[in-house]
Amino acid sequence: MQKMFLGVLIAAVGVLLVSVPLIAHHGAAGLDTGKEVTMKGTVTEWIWSNPHCFLQFDAKDDTGTVRNWAVETQNPTTMTQRGWSRTLFKVGDEVTVTIEPAKNGQPIGRILNVVLANGQKLVAATATTPEPAR
Amino acid sequence: MRQDFIVFMVVSIAVFTSVLTRAQMKPWNNSGLTGPQAGPSAPAPRRDLSGTWDAGAGGIQPTGHVAAPFSARGEQMARANKPGNGTRIVSVSDDNDPLSTLGDPTGFPRIVLYELRPFQIVQTTNQVLMLYMFEKRWRVIWTDGRALPNDPDPRWYGYSVGRWVDDYTLVVQTVGTDDRTWLDNAGNPHSNSLRTEERYHRVNRETMELTITLDDPLVYTKPWMPLDKLSIRLMPSGTDLMEMIPSASEAAAYRRVIASQAKPQ
Repeated sequence: MQKMFLGVLIAAVGVLLVSVPLIAHHGAAGLDTGKEVTMKGTVTEWIWSNPHCFLQFDAKDDTGTVRNWAVETQNPTTMTQRGWSRTLFKVGDEVTVTIEPAKNGQPIGRILNVVLANGQKLVAATATTPEPAR
Repeated sequence: MRQDFIVFMVVSIAVFTSVLTRAQMKPWNNSGLTGPQAGPSAPAPRRDLSGTWDAGAGGIQPTGHVAAPFSARGEQMARANKPGNGTRIVSVSDDNDPLSTLGDPTGFPRIVLYELRPFQIVQTTNQVLMLYMFEKRWRVIWTDGRALPNDPDPRWYGYSVGRWVDDYTLVVQTVGTDDRTWLDNAGNPHSNSLRTEERYHRVNRETMELTITLDDPLVYTKPWMPLDKLSIRLMPSGTDLMEMIPSASEAAAYRRVIASQAKPQ
């Protein structure tokens, strides 16, 4: 029964997600498309704005260096439809963020999903399908 | 096994529908319609497009439109536009879209060819007013029979007149749109001489179709239709919409924090 309920929720969220285009203002140029990086970090800022909301957080990279990341979502209208809000994050919140990072190695990228300290997972986007090799 | 599947589908539909209903019934700050159209509709009222309408996902148009072939001048204009999306996409660090990088007005016809979010139509005795959620802009379409101006000073949103060609179809003509605006999110250009025709056809009480034809011989070798019967649905009466205003300060903050760091190495 529990598995069926989870399946129902996944189906409902999945249909809602695919009903809204994933990429509006700009496409994937500059992103390391197809790569996903997951980091645990501490929120330093959450900006709810057009054309993109963006989350800034401190996290250790794989060399152990703490960097401040700035990662974006779609605009507030689209993110509201996905269950996000202006008050979703506070400075100091501990979060686990999965992103599609920039190709140039800078601490920026696109948020794919976030898991809050209470375990709630919010999806922002699905990973970009890489262009086939020519 | 089959019974479990049937129960699964029934519960899925119930959950999905209940989520939709809650999303449409907030007293403030609704974002738009999501999900499929529900049930049969009533007949269309005559010569009446009043209401708040939403094209849903079809209105976003993120990658812009495939335009007619460019003239030589059009090719030159298109090369100057560096869009963040579409077939001529550049890195977000090189994007020079005046809307998203400077906070310039979207302009017409881009306001119906990109981020066409919910919009309200209000009819007076001599006007049709379009009130757009995106940018919180409005347009006045004069329906009093006046002629379009000849060679007017360009305006961001142009000059529009409309007439009913039958009891369910309003045809709007617009001229005098400022060539500083892009046509769409693919960076397609237009000149001050662009003529835009919109056809709003009310299919039934709940549904309207929008068709747009662009005629700009200075830029394109022939007229073309970026939208052909885009389906738009009526929202519940009394829907309060979120603000969605791409401000210059927010555009600058995005460029400072993210776009400036996205330069390819």
